[in-house]
Amino acid sequence: MSQLDYDTSKAIYKQIIEDFQKQLVRGELGPGDKIPSQREYALKVSVNPNTVQRAYQELERIGLAETIRGQGTFVKADTTLISEIRQAMADDILNRFFAEMNSLGYAKEQITEVLNRRLMEMKGATTND
Amino acid sequence: MIEFDQVGKRFGSIQALDQLSLQFGPGKIIGLFGPNGAGKSTAMKMIAGLNQPDSGHVLVDGQKPRHSRVKIAFLPEIDHLYGWWTLKQAADFMRSFYADWDDRKYTELLGFLNLREDMKISKISKGQRAKCKLILTVSRRAPYLLLDEPLSGIDILTREEIINTLIRDFREGEQPIIISTHEINDVESLVDEVFFIDQGRIVVSGSAEELRITQGLSLVEIMKEAFRHVQQ
Repeated sequence: MSQLDYDTSKAIYKQIIEDFQKQLVRGELGPGDKIPSQREYALKVSVNPNTVQRAYQELERIGLAETIRGQGTFVKADTTLISEIRQAMADDILNRFFAEMNSLGYAKEQITEVLNRRLMEMKGATTND
Repeated sequence: MIEFDQVGKRFGSIQALDQLSLQFGPGKIIGLFGPNGAGKSTAMKMIAGLNQPDSGHVLVDGQKPRHSRVKIAFLPEIDHLYGWWTLKQAADFMRSFYADWDDRKYTELLGFLNLREDMKISKISKGQRAKCKLILTVSRRAPYLLLDEPLSGIDILTREEIINTLIRDFREGEQPIIISTHEINDVESLVDEVFFIDQGRIVVSGSAEELRITQGLSLVEIMKEAFRHVQQ
């Protein structure tokens, strides 16, 4: 797992779970992969072992990981679950985006407009590369 | 279990502890936070049996601290090691003094912390001295580990080594580690239970993660908030 850059104003155990989910979504971790033991992980990211334990318990509870006695902890999620997580994480970002745009007074049409313009710009930038 | 019940302590005109009540349970890394002069060191020394309350009482597993000193491994804020000692001589002293000294752990930590036994206390850097104090304290298998300002004035790499030594050594559900510091930033992700004290009283306390969730603030920010309210 990668080094975490914590936002110390949010629960750290939730950020550990999120980091794990991102690695699944990006394909850096796949079904059956072994993940570090709780202690290894705590040391790697310098986080309280109880906090790491809470994150791992939560990962097991939501079916993303399982610990096999004497062998270690493994990714349990299958591809269906991983694509569901990907969708859920994208939805989260979209919800935040729309909420922020609404709070700025943007109507649906205006949002469509700025999105289209941005997509065109990005397309242009790619072609120029 | 360590308990403070309505503890008061006065030094001259200064009320160091003011009706302080709190409990430190097992299996947690506990942060005792507050500005300089808040009463942190007074409380820590009291647990170690180095000073007595004027009123109220402190109990360690139901006993007065002066009867339970063997249960407490205490790292004081001051430099308490003789300058003319080598690390080996200091370790020999600890070994002869404490029955719970663990040689295997000590040897292992020498490597982990990049310390050598022939290092002379007066000749080494402040960071190395901090690591010497740490290894001499945590090489005991004491039921309680107390660290008074273990990171103050130490470079960031050494701080990391010290924090990782504590994480490495920590056993869930067993020996609680109590860390007093005014530099909360360094231990944000290390502690799981916190007590903010000011003028000898508790201002805020609770689980670090729950405080972050309910307040949406880091521990440093929570302390600033709490103390702003106190001063108003």
